[in-house]
Amino acid sequence: MNSLTHAKKGTGDTLKWVLLIAGCWLMLLMMNMIPPKDSVFYLSNFNLNTAGKYMAYAILALGIDLLWGYTGILSLGQGIFFGLGAYCMGMHLMLSIGGEGAYQSDLPDFMVWNQVTELPFFWKPFSSFGFSMLAVMLVPALFALIFGFLTFRSRIKGVYFSIITQALALTVWLLFNQNSMNLGGTNGLTDFKKILNFPLSEVATQRALFVMTGICLVLAFVLCRWITRSRLGKVLIAIRDNEGRIRFSGYSASRYKLFVFVISAALAGLAGALYVPQVGIITPGQIGVLPSIEMIVWVAVGGRGTLIGAVLGAVGVNWARSFLTSNYPDLWLYFLGVLFIGVVLYFPKGMWEISGKIKSLVMHRGKKTPLTKERFT
Amino acid sequence: MNGSILYVEGVTVSFDGFKALHDLNFVMAPGELRVVIGPNGAGKTTLLDVICGKVKPTLGRVVFEQYTDLLPLHEDAISNLGIGRKFQAPTVYTSLTVFENLELSLKRKKGVFSALFNRLTVNQQEKIHDTLDTIGLFEKQHDIAGLLSHGEKQWLEIGMVMMQEPKVMLVDEPVAGMTDHETEKTGALLEKISKERSVLVIEHDMAFVRQIAQKVTVLHEGTVLFEGTVDEVQNHEKVKEVYLGRGDH
Amino acid sequence: MNLQQKTRLSRAEALLSLCLIFSSVFFGPCLSWAQSETPESITESILRLADEDRDVVETTVFALGESGDPAVLPILEALRERSLYLWFNQEEVRTVVIGRELINRGDVSGYLVQEPYGGAAMKNEKGAPLFLPEDQLESIRLSRRLRIKISPMLDRLRLFSPDAATRESAATKVGLSGDPEALPMLSKALNQEKNRWVRFSLTEAIGLIRLTDEDPAVRKQAAETLGNIHAMDSIPTLEARILTTDDSDPEETDIAVKDAIQEAIQKISAWQVWTRTVETIFSGISLSSILLLVALGLAITFGLMGVINMAHGELMMLGAYTTYIMQEFFVAYLPENVRNFYFVFSIPLAFGVAALFGLLLEKSIIRKLYGRPLETLLATWGISLILQQGVRQVFGAANVDVASPDWLTGGIRLAVGIQLPYNRLFIILLSVVSVVSVYLLVLRSPIGLKIRAVTQNREMSACMGIITERVDAWTFALGAGLAGMAGAALTLIGNVGPDLGQNYIVDSFLVVVTGGVGKLAGTVGAAFGIGGLNKLFEPGFGAIYAKVAILLLVILFLQKRPSGLFPAKGRHIDV
Repeated sequence: MNSLTHAKKGTGDTLKWVLLIAGCWLMLLMMNMIPPKDSVFYLSNFNLNTAGKYMAYAILALGIDLLWGYTGILSLGQGIFFGLGAYCMGMHLMLSIGGEGAYQSDLPDFMVWNQVTELPFFWKPFSSFGFSMLAVMLVPALFALIFGFLTFRSRIKGVYFSIITQALALTVWLLFNQNSMNLGGTNGLTDFKKILNFPLSEVATQRALFVMTGICLVLAFVLCRWITRSRLGKVLIAIRDNEGRIRFSGYSASRYKLFVFVISAALAGLAGALYVPQVGIITPGQIGVLPSIEMIVWVAVGGRGTLIGAVLGAVGVNWARSFLTSNYPDLWLYFLGVLFIGVVLYFPKGMWEISGKIKSLVMHRGKKTPLTKERFT
Repeated sequence: MNGSILYVEGVTVSFDGFKALHDLNFVMAPGELRVVIGPNGAGKTTLLDVICGKVKPTLGRVVFEQYTDLLPLHEDAISNLGIGRKFQAPTVYTSLTVFENLELSLKRKKGVFSALFNRLTVNQQEKIHDTLDTIGLFEKQHDIAGLLSHGEKQWLEIGMVMMQEPKVMLVDEPVAGMTDHETEKTGALLEKISKERSVLVIEHDMAFVRQIAQKVTVLHEGTVLFEGTVDEVQNHEKVKEVYLGRGDH
Repeated sequence: MNLQQKTRLSRAEALLSLCLIFSSVFFGPCLSWAQSETPESITESILRLADEDRDVVETTVFALGESGDPAVLPILEALRERSLYLWFNQEEVRTVVIGRELINRGDVSGYLVQEPYGGAAMKNEKGAPLFLPEDQLESIRLSRRLRIKISPMLDRLRLFSPDAATRESAATKVGLSGDPEALPMLSKALNQEKNRWVRFSLTEAIGLIRLTDEDPAVRKQAAETLGNIHAMDSIPTLEARILTTDDSDPEETDIAVKDAIQEAIQKISAWQVWTRTVETIFSGISLSSILLLVALGLAITFGLMGVINMAHGELMMLGAYTTYIMQEFFVAYLPENVRNFYFVFSIPLAFGVAALFGLLLEKSIIRKLYGRPLETLLATWGISLILQQGVRQVFGAANVDVASPDWLTGGIRLAVGIQLPYNRLFIILLSVVSVVSVYLLVLRSPIGLKIRAVTQNREMSACMGIITERVDAWTFALGAGLAGMAGAALTLIGNVGPDLGQNYIVDSFLVVVTGGVGKLAGTVGAAFGIGGLNKLFEPGFGAIYAKVAILLLVILFLQKRPSGLFPAKGRHIDV
């Protein structure tokens, strides 16, 4: 319902959020480049990198929000699309290592290790940068198109869709773990050296990647904003409200669902592609069942049905993750579990509601929060 | 079949062996306002479900405007052909505004990409405003539909079906749960609508039926028991026995 | 047994020993040795082992080895391990004893000694284990050459062991050694053997040894025998006999024998195809019953109540850990002879623990989420994470050891090469019992009527005076309890660790969805379909690709039948 109140405010509103995202992003970049290293405002290269990773996650969260927050489709397999994008990028980066690997072979090191003598056919086109950049979005999109076509056509929806996508995530994870798939098995793809001949270890390259991620995030945000504010966006909300009814208004719900599913897959693929060069590794562990469902909680915490909420949720939860896993590693899963339960039971609209509740608590100090209408819906 | 707008022949629908419709035949002429009555479980709602594609019959034929076979089509395709459906319980999009509810229902291209690119023309906006006037919700056009009263939701849904400019409108118990005043208003609305299109109404309320009906079809146990005017129906012995005599009304 | 004890035999014991003697007469020599006294001749032989003359020693060792009396096994074993001693007691009587582990009593180190013949523990005058100080003992040592010769003798003696499993493995070992000298012992053992499987192993062993006989007729007959009894383990030997390599001709030169060997190999191979088929079918049924057991609880919580419980797997994990705790408890506090029954108590306890936990879960969280399946899914996933981490912190991240009780190890042997393990059979039985109980409870009992009433029309049921909240809570607890029970059963066949639940959750949901929600018959059908196909694909595709294939099939199947095998039909499905 938040989407509505925002939708009414028009394009000025879009601009506001875009400026906010862009402002944060520029500020981080400046903090990395301008202050001296001992200043409190200085952002280390490592932290800039981490921020870039969060921004990549935010792009993926936008896709989930379109799919779940707006259309009401809970996909527990978004990690697959993230993984497909990431592996496409990873394959390109592996091939651009060339003969500089540990075995000085033209083949990626793990293939030499696995005694593969010739580059598998599906690796070959990834030596081209242009093809790879297209593939990072098209491969996940195509996969989503085929899978979505089959499932939406037979009207598999609601929890059934969630269960099937989760099973799919498990399957893809199993497959990517197989050495015979020639995708690096459990160890995944790593030890990248350079991108477009720029060494990945250099600060300038990392900054450029950060800038690229920021631009992609803003573009993705604008795209999603445009989609949600068009009539299509309203059809999506109508599907969430009452999928059966929308067909009798003359809309093919399956096609609309397929459309957002494909868009969200492409965004997830893009996120994966931006993630890989900044983090330096992609393994099946990052795309399986658990990561896929964790992605949902980003959006849930940020507030589903609001695009900016998805962005903030992705950044916020991942920040909390980094903080907890490095300081209190045992607590992270408890925290995540409580987050899942809490956000569902008490804050179905995520952070927006938390901030609202705090506000009303401050304003009517001592009084109990009044019953809201949502309690009854 | 000649000259008919809806032609239903030998339709049988069974759920787990229970036959909701049994070899049902039903014909409707263009411009007609037809009321279907029948006791609970007679298959009235199932008949509408079959016409608008929600339920696929095990046997039979359903033809629209003499040439179009409806059975292989999905709900959205049938809707776009010009068959509008109003459900028994009001079903509107609860988190969209009244205006947006109507906007979505407006007759125009309903593909994904036209929904993404097309904006409302001035003409279309006027159409929506006209309908808002007709259903008496002009002032509430920016309210969230989920917060409307039961009667208002019913009218909004009728308005939504009107926006589709259907050739045939299927209306399922439009006055159930309404006050007398609301019932009267709804009757007037339906009569107005029926001037431009064929309307098929399911109703229990005999006073209401008397207000609007020209021709009445009585369903019983999934098949047509009798067809005629209101008076003929009320005096028909068999109808009295199976329906009125049951003490339901 | 020494004399003092014998004099103190009560009447009951005397009767008992009488019975034993009788039974030993009837059941052959296998049982008799443990009860009988050391024969004079053997006592003399044993003493001769300590003789100065090496030739005497060697002859004695061989005599013992060929005695065919399994009671001399401890002597030979002790000789091999150098733990046979000569004891000079105060009266300077020479006795031979076995002393295995050196222990300390006060400042004296020595052994708790055993009788050489039969290996029973020796007792002192007070009936306590006899302790002999090291300095009263003199080790009896053999030459290295002689010691090496003892091993094959041991196997041959074991052919007469009272334990069938020992006899069987000894027969296989002797057979594979191919030593023609073992033939007389094998034949002797075969003559007095009653056990079908030991007889098989003995026959196989004789056949294998005779394959190298000088007489082609004997060789031919041996090959035929091996073929007739479907001796699968003999295939490598048979093949080696007729194998032609680049630098040598086959060992078998006689054409007729060659043909016989060929024919035997064919016969055995055909038998193998048949056993493999039986094996596949059985493992398919076994996997299906596991899936069914795991999915049954879900069929209730998801199928009947519409609650997506992602913590279902963790409830199973709780059941498995309950079993673990029971095992530890039994080992720590209860006598050894009842330990084996910990599992009997674990199953109901696991059910109870998981059901109680499910009850708490329903009352605290799930109750608030009825009618919001996607939210339930996320909240219960949160619960599953917390449970996993909790268990990880209490019991550690590594798997814990749950040992199957003795009465569930081993299996029923139907024919050569076909063995049905008891633990698998137990799970099949348990799942059948569970399904039948659930069927009776839900569809044939007053409680089940209430459950079904609430799931079909909550408001109406409330009007009829059913306390719907209570029915919800108990239904959910039932589903949770079934999960716990499944977890306890899974300890028989898999690892018990914090992520036990995660390994099954996706599969079990697939079973319920494929079967059609709310239909017990559908769940059973889907479990058998998925389990059976899985085992059918596995040999050709490998486990992982079989799983992938199954998932694709399920998706395609749901294309045709979106509501599963047995869809719930009705006219009140929402718009």
